[in-house]
Amino acid sequence: MDEAALTTRLLELSRQRFAGAPAELSPDDDLFQSLGIDSVQALELLSELERTFGVELPDYELAEVRSFAELARKLHERL
Amino acid sequence: MSASEPAPAGSPPPRGGVETTALPPAEVPSAADAANETLDAAARPGGWGAEPPGARAPRPRRGPIPERWFDLSDHSSLGSLLEETARRGGRRPALTLSDRGRAVRRLDHAGFRAEALAVARGLAARGVGPGDRVALLSANGPEWLAGAAAVFHLGGVLVPLDPKLEAQEQARLVEHAGAATLLCDGPAWRRLERLRLPSGLERVVVHDPLGPLDGIALPRAELLAGKGPPPPLAPRDRGDVASIVYSSGTTGGAPKGCLLTHGNYLSQAEVLGNLYPLREDEVYLSVLPTHHALDFMCGFLVPFLCSAQVVHLRTLRPEFLLGALRDHRVTHMAAVSALLRALERRLRERLDGLPPLADAGLRGLVRLNRALTRRRPREALSRALLRPVHDALGGRLRRIFAGGAFVPPATARYLYELGFPVAIGYGLTEACAVVSVNDLAPFRDDTVGPPVPGTEVRIAGRDAHGRGEVWVRGPQVFAGYLDDPEATAAALDDGWLRTGDLGELDATGHLRLVGRLKNVVVTAGGKNVSPESVEARFHGIGVEELCVLAAHRVWESAPGDDEALLLCVRPRPGEELPREELARRNRRLPAHQRAAGLVTLSAAFPRTTSLKLRRDLLAARVRALGRGAVEPL
Repeated sequence: MDEAALTTRLLELSRQRFAGAPAELSPDDDLFQSLGIDSVQALELLSELERTFGVELPDYELAEVRSFAELARKLHERL
Repeated sequence: MSASEPAPAGSPPPRGGVETTALPPAEVPSAADAANETLDAAARPGGWGAEPPGARAPRPRRGPIPERWFDLSDHSSLGSLLEETARRGGRRPALTLSDRGRAVRRLDHAGFRAEALAVARGLAARGVGPGDRVALLSANGPEWLAGAAAVFHLGGVLVPLDPKLEAQEQARLVEHAGAATLLCDGPAWRRLERLRLPSGLERVVVHDPLGPLDGIALPRAELLAGKGPPPPLAPRDRGDVASIVYSSGTTGGAPKGCLLTHGNYLSQAEVLGNLYPLREDEVYLSVLPTHHALDFMCGFLVPFLCSAQVVHLRTLRPEFLLGALRDHRVTHMAAVSALLRALERRLRERLDGLPPLADAGLRGLVRLNRALTRRRPREALSRALLRPVHDALGGRLRRIFAGGAFVPPATARYLYELGFPVAIGYGLTEACAVVSVNDLAPFRDDTVGPPVPGTEVRIAGRDAHGRGEVWVRGPQVFAGYLDDPEATAAALDDGWLRTGDLGELDATGHLRLVGRLKNVVVTAGGKNVSPESVEARFHGIGVEELCVLAAHRVWESAPGDDEALLLCVRPRPGEELPREELARRNRRLPAHQRAAGLVTLSAAFPRTTSLKLRRDLLAARVRALGRGAVEPL
């Protein structure tokens, strides 16, 4: 899966998981702000991504991530 | 007013027949001794210190909590204390690092000592010595503790930093502290190396690097590879600074490096080890960050003092945390409010779905447990009565320390009534860690306990209700802020630490916190309102986050122009805001405490890395929304 497809899938998953997410999310959106989530909920999202994509994403990767696109890039590096 | 008469430090515990075991003074190991360090420690018998004449037979490994009495008066530094704890702990498990349910590293106390000495040898070979400041920036784990122990062995000054801070801020603190050496983990170094490096920083030792290292960075493995005997223990006095800890603060501004002395730490370790000892087979789960004074004390010094074990998790996600409670047979942990609520949620999920008959049976058992533990916790009994409940949290958890942000009383009580004693306490970095803690005899959810032995608390500038600023005096009070005589003079008044917290002492000498002094709002009628005390009246309501702000601080108007309070809420994702319940609770407040308007926010509230609310940033966010965002309540 390429990075663009991964980003699209990530946006879909985020919308499904967080009921407070707006209907339209864009790759450059701040994932914390747009989903209205805190760092603990963001870690839960990491776990879901691990289950979906079968990779391990260490907690520290979240420290350098603000947007969906950045998170998708981190994920892509580990696929 | 002075606090309830605290027992002097070193006084015997309430129950009689207790052995008193002073630690012998630290010995500086010769080269031959040092080479045999691991063997030596392994060969020593278990127990705490050489048994004094007339002491009891060796304690059983299980059964009632052994009555021990720690007396650290012979120690003058953390280096000597840790040398002794390693010797006493010997081959007992000291540390486990767990990653997603797998134990990836285990060290016994002797092995930990060997590793700390190897780090010390590597640092000494690179010129680190007494008085040198060494910054430490890493997630919790064995490398963190071994690095700290090495610095204390060399007589250096530890500067523990918060891994969750922005890298820019971390670099600023390294520079502010004047640290020439930094010990850090791979992720932290990856973020830091992209920046202009702090001036004065000469070497960086990286464990688990994420890429090749160059320049001033070297892998920890290289540091450990040195040969030869470890350096001798550097003598330090109790008054010498052991570490510089940057308090998280909630308002930003200039860095405040708290100077904590060896005496501060030794007095706290002694007091807390005697108040809440762990058995040698018990396990502390370290989930709060170790750079924070509380985990440093409860997740390092006290378990090591007790020859107990500490477990670290590489992944701090709820699902792994609950698994770790079970897999590592955790008995003790410290938690902030968010974690306590997560434990409560976990238990409720498990219990709320029971079939009616089982539910009725369980309720009966909870009532019975409540009656039997009214005066004090009875862990074995609670566990026997409510085994399935306890199994949900690993089956062995018997003490939860809670402090930091305000602890939700209903959550603490819920856990207590199911047989998980929550000891609510109060502390701040400027007081090393702990000022007061509940003794659970009986459990109370409404106070942060009486001052710990040897500590005095007084309420300064009391109002008509007996509330005022909490002042603290005791051996744990810090020596001041690094290079900041003004801030030091403002915080210390003739040996008393002015905490900036508002509180009151009740008739039994328990301290009750009301809020932060600087958050107090003076209403048009001249009444003082503490936003935190208003927030407490909304506890348990179905919203994700809630905060009360003074309107004049939001709109930056003159005090008196906008004296009303604003209730800011973040709804639970996907749920409606419980407006009626909010309005109902608001109406029940005294008129001067009632919120005049409601602001709904969708993003998570801004918080410090230790999860304290940044009221200033939240106020700015509401200001940006404008007055149109305020609805009547």
